[in-house]
Amino acid sequence: MLAAVASLSVLGASLGLGLGIAARRFHVEADAVVAELEAMMPGSQCGQCGFPGCAGAAQALADGKAPVTVCPPGGKTLAQALADKLGISADLSGMGEVVPMVAGVREEICIGCTKCFKACPTDAIHGAVKQIHGVLKEACTGCAKCVDVCPTEALSLSPVPLTLQSWAWHRPQPATLNA
Amino acid sequence: MSTLPSSAAHAPHAHSGTTVSRVMGTVMLALLPATLYGFYLYGWPSIWLWLITVGACLIMEVACLRLTGRGGPATLWDGSALLAGWLLAMTLPPWAPWWIGVIGAFATIVVAKHAYGGLGQNPFNPAMVGRVALLISFPLPLTTWVRPVPLFAAGSPGPAEGLHITLFGSGVPDALTSATLLGHVKTEATRGMDVPHALAELLGSAPYGFGWHSGSMGETATLLILAGGLFLLAKRLITWHIPVAVLAGCAIPAAIAHALQPEAYLSAGHHLAAGALMQGAFFIATDMVTSPASTSGRLIFGFGVGLLTWVIRSFAGFPEGLAFAVLLMNACVPLIDRFTRPRIYGHGKPAGAR
Amino acid sequence: MAKPVIAALPPWLQRTLIRWGVHPDDRKRPVADLPVERMPLPPLLFLPLQQHVGAPARPVVQIGDRVAKGQLVAEASANISAPVHASTSGVIQDITTYPAPHPSGLEQPVIVLAPDGEDRWLNTSPPADPFALEPAAIAKIVAEAGVVGLGGATFPSAVKFALGLRVKVTTLIVNGGECEPYLSCDDRLMRDHADEVIDGIRIVMHAIGARQAKVGIENNKPEAIAAMQAAAAPYPAVEVIPVPAHYPMGSDKQLIQVLTGKEVPFDGRAADVGVLVHNVGTCRAVQQAVRKGHPLVERLVTVSGGAVPAPRNLLVPIGAPVQALFDHCGGFVSPPARVVMGGPMMGNPLATCASPVIKGTSGVLALTPAEVGDSGVNACIRCASCVAACPMNLMPLEMAAHIRVDDLDGAFQLGLNDCIGCGCCSYVCPSSVPLSHYFSYAKGALSNNERATLKSESIKKLTTARTERLEREAQEKAEAAARRKAEREAAKAKAAAAAAQASKPATEEVSS
Repeated sequence: MLAAVASLSVLGASLGLGLGIAARRFHVEADAVVAELEAMMPGSQCGQCGFPGCAGAAQALADGKAPVTVCPPGGKTLAQALADKLGISADLSGMGEVVPMVAGVREEICIGCTKCFKACPTDAIHGAVKQIHGVLKEACTGCAKCVDVCPTEALSLSPVPLTLQSWAWHRPQPATLNA
Repeated sequence: MSTLPSSAAHAPHAHSGTTVSRVMGTVMLALLPATLYGFYLYGWPSIWLWLITVGACLIMEVACLRLTGRGGPATLWDGSALLAGWLLAMTLPPWAPWWIGVIGAFATIVVAKHAYGGLGQNPFNPAMVGRVALLISFPLPLTTWVRPVPLFAAGSPGPAEGLHITLFGSGVPDALTSATLLGHVKTEATRGMDVPHALAELLGSAPYGFGWHSGSMGETATLLILAGGLFLLAKRLITWHIPVAVLAGCAIPAAIAHALQPEAYLSAGHHLAAGALMQGAFFIATDMVTSPASTSGRLIFGFGVGLLTWVIRSFAGFPEGLAFAVLLMNACVPLIDRFTRPRIYGHGKPAGAR
Repeated sequence: MAKPVIAALPPWLQRTLIRWGVHPDDRKRPVADLPVERMPLPPLLFLPLQQHVGAPARPVVQIGDRVAKGQLVAEASANISAPVHASTSGVIQDITTYPAPHPSGLEQPVIVLAPDGEDRWLNTSPPADPFALEPAAIAKIVAEAGVVGLGGATFPSAVKFALGLRVKVTTLIVNGGECEPYLSCDDRLMRDHADEVIDGIRIVMHAIGARQAKVGIENNKPEAIAAMQAAAAPYPAVEVIPVPAHYPMGSDKQLIQVLTGKEVPFDGRAADVGVLVHNVGTCRAVQQAVRKGHPLVERLVTVSGGAVPAPRNLLVPIGAPVQALFDHCGGFVSPPARVVMGGPMMGNPLATCASPVIKGTSGVLALTPAEVGDSGVNACIRCASCVAACPMNLMPLEMAAHIRVDDLDGAFQLGLNDCIGCGCCSYVCPSSVPLSHYFSYAKGALSNNERATLKSESIKKLTTARTERLEREAQEKAEAAARRKAEREAAKAKAAAAAAQASKPATEEVSS
């Protein structure tokens, strides 16, 4: 009895020690990971994550201080990719409800001040001084920086409209499957 | 411009009508002749044991469904628990005591099925898990076989007496015990008797294969089991691949070994007719959940089951090896499935393409 | 070793060799035996600008314009696109959006046409002999007539013709399979207009440079086979071949396999194995366009299903609301469980019966709950019925298992993109697992992911470009500032030097 307890304890302790040493020994330097993570991010430095730009978010991710769902413009796809990269499993079920947004200009109140397109990190807003601005939907990440700077509140975010091209079948209800 | 209720329903908007309960029901129908013949052969104790085993399986299924919150009454009546209990009962010694059936049901339903996530999730054949658990835990009751005492024949216990045997059974009376063919040959071999003499001692000159000998219900009526299996084939519930591969996997090495050393090895015919091979080939190995999905995978799986059965029967300590063989091959199914995926249309080197 | 051409073998061997597919109850009769009726013009026609694969058409009419039947109302807007024509004579009432015949019920741009009841054709001058024309000229006529694949794929036919000429196509496969249950519009077409269909087939052969044509017709349509064989008798290059009635025989890939023994490579097209597939309806539409100058403005539609009291094949103007078809067939005897556009195996459920009939509409079905056979979903029991049924040799159960745990890439590895969406797997599944639905969901999610990735890549490019631009601007600004400073300093220095120099000669200059 005692022998069994002792041998198992020794076995456990030595394995634990081995794992500990391995973790130290084969520790991956964070910088490489951070660089790779940053390369995966949209790079628009929009700041929606609350970190100082994409590099900040990548650093936080590598430190485990931010969830993989940190980047709203990246959406579910990026979250999954980040989870794969970091080797963690992430619950993305709540992510689906984060609707991608796109900015729009209410032309009747736009005064053509050009503040928004100076703020836009992706040059998605076109126009010129004293001209009504427009938003290139393809380039807009929905970061809301333009909304913040617009003096007349002519800019607002709205969900990306569903079209026949972007419509897709919903996921079959898992509730109906009893496994 | 009313919105139709159906807009979220994906095609196809038709169904073949095949359901899980219909599949299970057909399999039970195919088992029925052999079961009834078994009841006739071994009398009331076998009927009581069957009822207890199946009943225990159903009760445990209900309990598990309640506990796990999976499915409702419809899931109970899909027949999978009933069928698993039925198959288990078919492999037990017909006069085994009641607790054998209950413990077997526990291993079958709770351990082998629901612990893995319920219907469709279990990697191992539940009935075979039940049988192996019993065989290893209680070798004596599991190897005490009764000689056929047909219903209504002299010496056959009535319903009350039969129930008494099953509930309070102090084992089979010595006068009625008898070894199975495989068990007898194995025992005699350890005493140094060769196969032909052992066979002659057990059977005399009587033919083998029509069930008039000791064994479980599923192994005695070989021809009725075969008929049930052919019925399943005709109903297209199973394909020919697994049964044929199982039978071939056992018969081919048996025939070769018998030809080389008839005194040491049973003939292919005896292997096919004795033991649980026929039931295993048509009803156990073909279990959909625990067998491969592709046709080539099924051939490999079946041949493995047959071959391992022959190996265990011929060289191992146990007289019968089908249950072990099935479980061992069950463990290989994910691997087999992985390496036997069919060639997708238009992939690889399609014949006829430029 | 070449695979056997299954269609050339005796029927019993055909049954043994075709290892895929299912045998749904075909429910084609008695509708298939009833004569076609022309549907009266509804009060309004809704002509979607997008009825085809490719870019939507661009309107060329104004509200209030009076148009004749067959007059162009929207032109093709890209290489892969198709024009839209007025389905009858009348007045353009509106150019707006309207619910698409699509499960989402989302609106799409349409031209609304109010018929004037005259049904007056536009005067055209068809060519005297199409066989004297260059193939490209035929393709032009067909493109301008707005002909698209009428089997349901709605790919612009003329684009396919051009492909046939580019790649050497030897055989035209004509799809008269019509393997979907209920549908009999192609059957009716072949029975009633066999001569025109055969004529159309010969025109298409000429247009794509094919030497022979093989018309595959399921053997549950003996009348159509007889009519087509009689019509094709004078033309040895056109062969009418009965094929086993076996779903999904009408799928291009399966029909090619059965008729020629060839498999379309997964990363290629039918043309890569020297064949091109056109539907019988498409061939007739080509014939009408070339011989009569009639663009594609009407088509045969099967109206059927248990909820329809008087099911029928109707000749319907494109753009007629689906409700009008049902109304003409007596409404609903009971509330339908599902209204489907297309067949029951692959058709799309409709969100609303207001949606219009489009060029690819082969049928509209109002199905009762009993026909749909909706039973609860159970756990997969790995019976592998779906594996046996899959005409593409996929393992639907494994693909679905991956999708269920959100491993879409895993499903993709197993061949998700090879799935043709025929629905055989769902049809046979004893647990009623919505396999086809899983695959549609996964395909949609994957393509949305791909779009998202593309977008984020392009955004990244934009951001880098912006950063570079800002840096450049900053640099330019700095340089400009430096330059200005240098200039200023230079000027100052010059001025100083000038001043210094001036102090001496200035007097002279001043004095001079």
